[in-house]
Amino acid sequence: MAAQIRELRVRIRSVQSTKKITKAQELIATSRIAKAQAQVAASQPYAQEITNVLSELADAASNLDHPLLVERKEPKRAAVLVVTADRGLCGGYNANALRAAEELQALLRSEGKEPVLYVIGRRGVNYYKFRNRPIAGQWTGFSERPHYTDAVNAGEALVQAFLAGADDNGDAPGPDGVLGVDELHVVYTQFESMLTQKAVAKRIAPMEVEYSSETGGLRSSYEFEPSAEKLLEALLPKYINTRLFAALLDSAASESAARRTAMKAATDNADELVRTLSRQANQARQAQITQEISEIVGGASALTGGAGSDE
Amino acid sequence: MAEMSVQLVAVERRLWSGTANMVVAKTTEGEIGILPGHEPTLGALVEGGVVKIHTTDGEIVCAAVHGGFLSITADGVSVLAESAELAHEIDVEQARADLTHADEVERARALARLRATGHSA
Repeated sequence: MAAQIRELRVRIRSVQSTKKITKAQELIATSRIAKAQAQVAASQPYAQEITNVLSELADAASNLDHPLLVERKEPKRAAVLVVTADRGLCGGYNANALRAAEELQALLRSEGKEPVLYVIGRRGVNYYKFRNRPIAGQWTGFSERPHYTDAVNAGEALVQAFLAGADDNGDAPGPDGVLGVDELHVVYTQFESMLTQKAVAKRIAPMEVEYSSETGGLRSSYEFEPSAEKLLEALLPKYINTRLFAALLDSAASESAARRTAMKAATDNADELVRTLSRQANQARQAQITQEISEIVGGASALTGGAGSDE
Repeated sequence: MAEMSVQLVAVERRLWSGTANMVVAKTTEGEIGILPGHEPTLGALVEGGVVKIHTTDGEIVCAAVHGGFLSITADGVSVLAESAELAHEIDVEQARADLTHADEVERARALARLRATGHSA
């Protein structure tokens, strides 16, 4: 009996210390969401401007046959960039992103394209390493606070692979020494609200230029320094980097939101568990006291009963 | 005096926006000074350049801009920088130290930082 109470008390203490951790994680995640959303907002002006500039250029450039814009005939390989978190403790966030990635890869295979994996985030890297799947490129250590340079690092590797093209024979790198791809896809988690985040797959190259909704009116004819074609060539990779950066920021916000939800649930569960366990401990203690009293009373009445029961 | 609206945006944030009388920047083709009513232009900025904005308040906003684009439209001027720092945010000592950096790009950036703050290399 006494042993049972002690055991319950130990469990209560351990649940309480777990709760402290989850509570702290929850608070940290909550403050990170706000920061991540501020970052998303701060990156908006640039994204908008570069889209404007790009659509102006696309209108002005005489030939839009830049490799990043043109659909390849018979694409053989497709790069898939999966954005995951560096840490766990965020509910289904990583699992959802990885599942979306698996679905995309299955789809690509059914279209006759061989997926090539690029992974951001330690969780994703571990997932594929554990399954002995080859990873063409990996970047880790910034999933919660991505910087533009992180997007650039990934973007440059992807664009290089894309520009090299999968013109090689078989699985070996071709004469250019780069294992090229014909398409670029990114899988990341869209932040919809504090409670819902959705893993989505998007194709970033060959890209469809999103024209700004400017219609009619006189089009201003632009001067270009240097020529429109050269500008386009310089701008397109940057545009891809911007898209990647936006995906990273969105994922970071989603990760924090998912972590907050998961940690809140864990804290609530810990509360519930402590309540149940305390009740059990109290019951056990009460039972022990009752038993002791009844033993004493029983013993006393046995003594008095033995001394003089003939009243 | 004529004025135009100017935005200086970096990828991670908007650095400055307001009205100005003149903007001076350097594209890959050469130095360009923009006054209100300039014809619409798109230009690529040089790596490690300096952008100067003469505001309508009579101030001069200086920024070290590392790669990016310049877009002049009828509405105003936007400077799209991959990364940029306003002059007052620049750590001069750090920039001086970076002048001897092993990486060529870093050296160019450090030079731009120093020029933006008005120091000579």
